[in-house]
Amino acid sequence: MILSFDRVSYHYPGAETPALDDVSFELQAGEFCLLAGLSGHGKTTLLHAACGLVPHFHGGTFAGTVTLAGLDTREHGPAHLGGHAGVLFQDPETQLVMSSVRAELSLALESRGQGNAAVARGVEEVALALGIDALLDRSTHELSGGEKQRVALGAALAGRPKVVLLDEPTSQLDPVAGDELIGLLRRLNEEWETTIVLAEHRLERCLGAADRVISMEAGRVAHDGDPQSFLKWAAQNEPSLQTPGAKLFALAGLHPAPTGVKQARGTLRAHGLLSEEVDPPNVSPSASAVGEADRAGRARGLRSVLGRRESVSTALRMKGVWHELRDGPAILRGVDLKVEPGESVALMGRNGAGKSTLLRHAAGLMEPTRGRVERAGRVALLLQNPGDYLIHERVAEEASPAALAAVGLAEMAERNPKDLSGGERQRLALAIVTGGEGEEAGGTPIVLALDEPTRGMDRGAKAELARDLRRRAGQGQAVIVATHDPEFAAACANRAVLLADGRVIADGSAAELLTGGWYFATETARILGGAGGALLPEEGAELLRVPAALEGVA
Amino acid sequence: MRNTRLLFYRRLASPLHATRAGVGAIWALALTAAALILYNPLALAALALAVLGAGACAGVGRQLAGTLRTALIVGLPIVAINVLASREGLTVFARLGDLGPFGQGDLTVEAVVYGAVIALKVTLLMLITTLASLAVDPDELLRGFRRFSFRSALTASLATRMIPVLGADAQRLAEAQRTRPEDPARGVRGRVALLSAIVGGSLERAMEVAATLELRGFAVAAEGRPGPRRLRLPGSRAGGSRGGGSRPRGSAIRVGRPWSRHDLAFLCSTFAVIALALAGRLSGAASFEAYPLVKMQIDAGTFVLCAGLIAAILLPFVDRRGIDR
Repeated sequence: MILSFDRVSYHYPGAETPALDDVSFELQAGEFCLLAGLSGHGKTTLLHAACGLVPHFHGGTFAGTVTLAGLDTREHGPAHLGGHAGVLFQDPETQLVMSSVRAELSLALESRGQGNAAVARGVEEVALALGIDALLDRSTHELSGGEKQRVALGAALAGRPKVVLLDEPTSQLDPVAGDELIGLLRRLNEEWETTIVLAEHRLERCLGAADRVISMEAGRVAHDGDPQSFLKWAAQNEPSLQTPGAKLFALAGLHPAPTGVKQARGTLRAHGLLSEEVDPPNVSPSASAVGEADRAGRARGLRSVLGRRESVSTALRMKGVWHELRDGPAILRGVDLKVEPGESVALMGRNGAGKSTLLRHAAGLMEPTRGRVERAGRVALLLQNPGDYLIHERVAEEASPAALAAVGLAEMAERNPKDLSGGERQRLALAIVTGGEGEEAGGTPIVLALDEPTRGMDRGAKAELARDLRRRAGQGQAVIVATHDPEFAAACANRAVLLADGRVIADGSAAELLTGGWYFATETARILGGAGGALLPEEGAELLRVPAALEGVA
Repeated sequence: MRNTRLLFYRRLASPLHATRAGVGAIWALALTAAALILYNPLALAALALAVLGAGACAGVGRQLAGTLRTALIVGLPIVAINVLASREGLTVFARLGDLGPFGQGDLTVEAVVYGAVIALKVTLLMLITTLASLAVDPDELLRGFRRFSFRSALTASLATRMIPVLGADAQRLAEAQRTRPEDPARGVRGRVALLSAIVGGSLERAMEVAATLELRGFAVAAEGRPGPRRLRLPGSRAGGSRGGGSRPRGSAIRVGRPWSRHDLAFLCSTFAVIALALAGRLSGAASFEAYPLVKMQIDAGTFVLCAGLIAAILLPFVDRRGIDR
């Protein structure tokens, strides 16, 4: 047994409700355990308790016993426990404490008294294992988000810990980097028997790699079992934790719920719903069984993409926009983009592709070095970190009553913004940037741009935000969302734009763009091979009920 | 988003960046010493030219040019204050009359020249500091101090890392405020709120970094300080190591970092710069007196000294083999 919780309860200082409530479980060496649960239900606290940050660092009231590698966390602090457990949190920026990658990887080994030669060997080995040897002499502040997260993982693994605890490590990564990280964890687990405890919201990404899933609800263990039993439990008790694949199967009445694309496709084949051929799918959107409403939405998207000349006034137009850094690379390279009122656009691409820069140009925070940006009115931009907007002591001081009411926060006007949940903070930030209706507030924005708004959000909060964005688009506002999450893009956008290396490399309807790829595709689309342009489980289930639409799909 | 305003170390392909941090720091100290030892304006100008050249060869010429502009802004008040405050010098170019307790307000040419020399020295110190902070790896440098005080050296390393992080945080916060339709920092109350948000954000960041440091063993660092450069292999006798008892036992293998051509070149440059500066001062080749009348040595020896300084500083940059990592 490598990690055990025995009747652990914990209150943060001054908190009335427990963050952990009578939690008990045991993990064996070499297990890959996934922590599931909605935001604020105790996943992070559980990880902090496992590595000793709770209670040693955070204080509060602690009851029960946590044992890590035979050490009681009440007797051993995080510094000692850190020799046995590597920890990786959500924000890589706060986990890199040294100026160069080599120094970062060396730190944990040096702190524990390793000699220079042992440190050099440890650094070399962990760099090779994680494929970051080319970064060793780079400065940490020069790295991309994905590189930073890999280096932070390297620093956590440098001492070859028996357990690795990870708190939403992929939330800031693009799909490619996120999949790479999960693949890496799986390798660590399989090749070195490293025990992995991973808290994650996007379960579809890692469920296939897990041996076990512990689901948290209000600080308690609500379910503890293998991935299959978890999906069964989630379908009955907490549908918002279902993966898109599981939801697709549940809606289509298929069993068992799949833990990954491979299993799902196997089941579909067994049911005769997919052919054995390996040719690429060739199903036209017209042959699909996508619902009428969704079809209308997609068609509207297609119309807006293919026949934009019909529209009367463009909300935002970028003409050959370049953003070139002095003594540095070009971040944007001749971007042409036109967004109509009422259109909802998902901006996708790898970390560093230029998405954030493009949004900053759209909002006028940056001036193009070449090219032109035309705006039909005010462009409201919501940046990545909602906390950056909150500078007052009361919610009412941050935004006008009308703006607060529009995002459903009127009731919380007297609360301190710092006490709001992640989703509420996001809504408050949205109220701040969209402002009120008055002239002083700049009027209603014609374009709403959002930069990675779903970071760290659970599925329920994402669905709520997607609904809100669709409502705004329905009212004629143009919406542009930069996101790494294909599921969210599919839920809120009717058009998708793929950026790479500062260029627009694909621009089409969401149904077209999010069905054809490996990385920038929803799980439903990957399961169904892009058939019928189905992106969401509801659309896929409708398609599965009309098997003729799937003919020829492999 | 890139932070372009702050000056911090980046590993570039240059001989100075390829030099071990200790040698790079000593070389920068030698330049500083030369700037302090010498007073001859010609020699100081040669030194400044060489430092700017070194910056260009190290790929940080643009940042040094920025520092030069700042130094000029700093230098002008130095000259002005010296002219107003100095009561020495014989060549009066303006009389301000009786200034009461400050005596006669006579402005002299000698005071202008001496102020300019001091401003030149300040400029040099600023240029050398900028060059060192851009081209000498602070982590590597501070690692050398860890055997004396692990935590203090680590804290200093952390401070160097936190400068760009906090700079980026402040930039992000400012950018977020720019996207508000209304200016939140209007009035004293708004500005206080913004300031408290910045301070609060820094404290939150500090807490997060503290948690990371704790998990990396900062609290047990004193128990296991790094020992000498020896790797112990299983099956051999312990010995020759100090600090923590957790180090593996075994035969010792030296794994010291070999001296590169650039380490040796900059070490030679260090000695040459110090020797030239001392020689210039002691031999009188770089002699200079501002008061009561300006007396400056300008002869063949002075030119040889200037040429020597420029060559000693720039020659290590000629060999560009093995500079990229």
